Amino acid sequence: MGERVITMVEALNEALDQIMEKDPTVIIMGEDVGRYGGIFGVTKGLLEKYGPERVRDTPISEAGFIGAAIGAAAAGLRPVVELMFIDFLGVCFDQIFNQMAKIRYMFGGKAKLPIVLRTTCGAGFRAAAQHSQSLHALFIHVPGLKVVMPSTPYDAKGLLIASIKDDDPVIFIEHKGLYGIKGPVPKEMYEIPLGVADIKKEGKDVTIVATAAMVHKALNAAKKLEEEGISVEVIDPRTLVPLDVDTILNSIKKTGRLVVVDEGYPRCSFATDIAAIAASMAFEYLKAPVKLVTPPATPIPFSPVLEDAWIPSEKDIIEAVKKVVEYKK
Amino acid sequence: MAEIPKEKLLWMYEMMVKIRFSEEKAAEYFAKGKIPGFVHLYCGEEAVAVGVMANLQPGDYITSTHRGHGHFIAKGGDLKAMWAELLGKRTGCCKGKGGSMHIADLTIGELGANGIVGGGIPHAVGAALACKYLRKGCVAVAFFGDGACNQGTFHESLNLAAIWKLPVVFVVENNLYQISLHVKYHTPVKDIAERAKAYGIPGVVVDGQDVLAVYEVAKEAIERARRGEGPTLIEAKTYRFKGHFEGDPQVYRSREEIEWWMKNKDPIKLFEEKLLARGIVTREELERIKEKARREVEEAVKFAEESPYPDPKELLEDVFSTPTKGWLVWKWPI
Repeated sequence: MGERVITMVEALNEALDQIMEKDPTVIIMGEDVGRYGGIFGVTKGLLEKYGPERVRDTPISEAGFIGAAIGAAAAGLRPVVELMFIDFLGVCFDQIFNQMAKIRYMFGGKAKLPIVLRTTCGAGFRAAAQHSQSLHALFIHVPGLKVVMPSTPYDAKGLLIASIKDDDPVIFIEHKGLYGIKGPVPKEMYEIPLGVADIKKEGKDVTIVATAAMVHKALNAAKKLEEEGISVEVIDPRTLVPLDVDTILNSIKKTGRLVVVDEGYPRCSFATDIAAIAASMAFEYLKAPVKLVTPPATPIPFSPVLEDAWIPSEKDIIEAVKKVVEYKK
Repeated sequence: MAEIPKEKLLWMYEMMVKIRFSEEKAAEYFAKGKIPGFVHLYCGEEAVAVGVMANLQPGDYITSTHRGHGHFIAKGGDLKAMWAELLGKRTGCCKGKGGSMHIADLTIGELGANGIVGGGIPHAVGAALACKYLRKGCVAVAFFGDGACNQGTFHESLNLAAIWKLPVVFVVENNLYQISLHVKYHTPVKDIAERAKAYGIPGVVVDGQDVLAVYEVAKEAIERARRGEGPTLIEAKTYRFKGHFEGDPQVYRSREEIEWWMKNKDPIKLFEEKLLARGIVTREELERIKEKARREVEEAVKFAEESPYPDPKELLEDVFSTPTKGWLVWKWPI
């Protein structure tokens, strides 16, 4: 019997469906999540199955409905709210970083806020500067939020279920470029624990730590490099908070070389964070400087020619890997 | 007033004087340097919290503001735990991690004071959503000031609660000033309650210095919410006797103005006069209640002073509730 292969959208939809079936306190709120089935189809069919009390189309009021998720969670529900594009963060950030992230701590640990904020990130859709960003670093920066960023349908389903079951606020970031990719996904409900990285490919010469869509670019690059005799290990942290530091460090200790590939802006970013971890905790194992492959510090341009130049490419990754391999002290 | 049982009237009186004594003590302790940080006091506005809260059940929810001590006390919060929190002690209601601006107690439905103006309003909407969905029969009340009514969260919350017909009551404590700016300079309508029209819900203005008037309008709004008929916006016209925060030089208003309000519109004095005039209580009874409240405040302060500070190690606790395998609460190794 062959494994069932479905898309990322289908995997996420199945996760929501299965957890809603099981736990009546799970509700969904967001713009166009009901009748429309979600702008990318992730919540398709859920309104029909679970009704308008549990699947709530909201006005365009992100601060209002994300704030409402906080009160609902404090009063016993497990809301899953959708922020259509991560770029819309600007209109509701107070509810996320001053309220959601801090309430448990400010209240001396006496509150539980089981909220999942699903949102989308990623460039490549000619959507320009306000619909294409990867702003995960902003959430990592603020204590009190867990941050999840899957790269495969299998990971997406297991991580979403684990996130909804988690008693803390989780920012669940879905890369738009990955919605259509297919992969094997078990039918039954399963969880992937937060805080466990996945080694997507083993290797011995260079460690690549990559997130979301960049995992796939890194794997393609690794395949080509393999043909040239360079063995690359690709690590997908999957959850950025909590972070599986040990898996990353163990890989650096083995290979002695690190390249980080991330679609976030270049400074104060996930990439610089991993570089800092390597510098502070694995310095003696490094045989070459850490290379960071990220976009430049510009807004994301519209013209396809410009946008393609903005997004980190497979070629950039190959070049970075070769540089660290060829490095001589 | 005739139909309100004496027991409830006395409860209201007791709560109001307890809040007043506690706030006056807080002013004294702040001046002595014993309360760290910012303190925003509720003196003069007691009738609003108490008039509303007299209609709530233990299972109901409230959200509060930076000026939140009165809401906490009237909702049934533990005075000792509040005072310990003000002093940053481990026995505080937030274990010394919140302070005056974040006092909270979820076990009594107090979803928290809030340091962000307008930040808590949508939380009440969400609590009301949970009440409705879980069929618990509970309601939520959001307290906030006139300044918050120009925040997006105010408008978004009223709209959301109205379209979903949620059991929530929005209570504006219009104390005339957003920090220093008079309401006439920050809001173009005469009554903020008028804004209810924009969301198709009732908007009511009430004298926030008259606890019985607040009680009546809150009763109607809360019963309406409980019946599933949706939200109400109540605007209580009130006045804070103290500055925006302790230490506020108050250059934006005159001494005469403050004195006029304290002399003519003190909610406690007005309530006392009514209770006495109608022969509901004797002066001795009121004195006994005051004495009891004073004692409770003294005991709470004593408890707080004698309580230990948190251990510095507790700093890293309470960020998250569920432990995980990866690094969760980050601290760079040195």
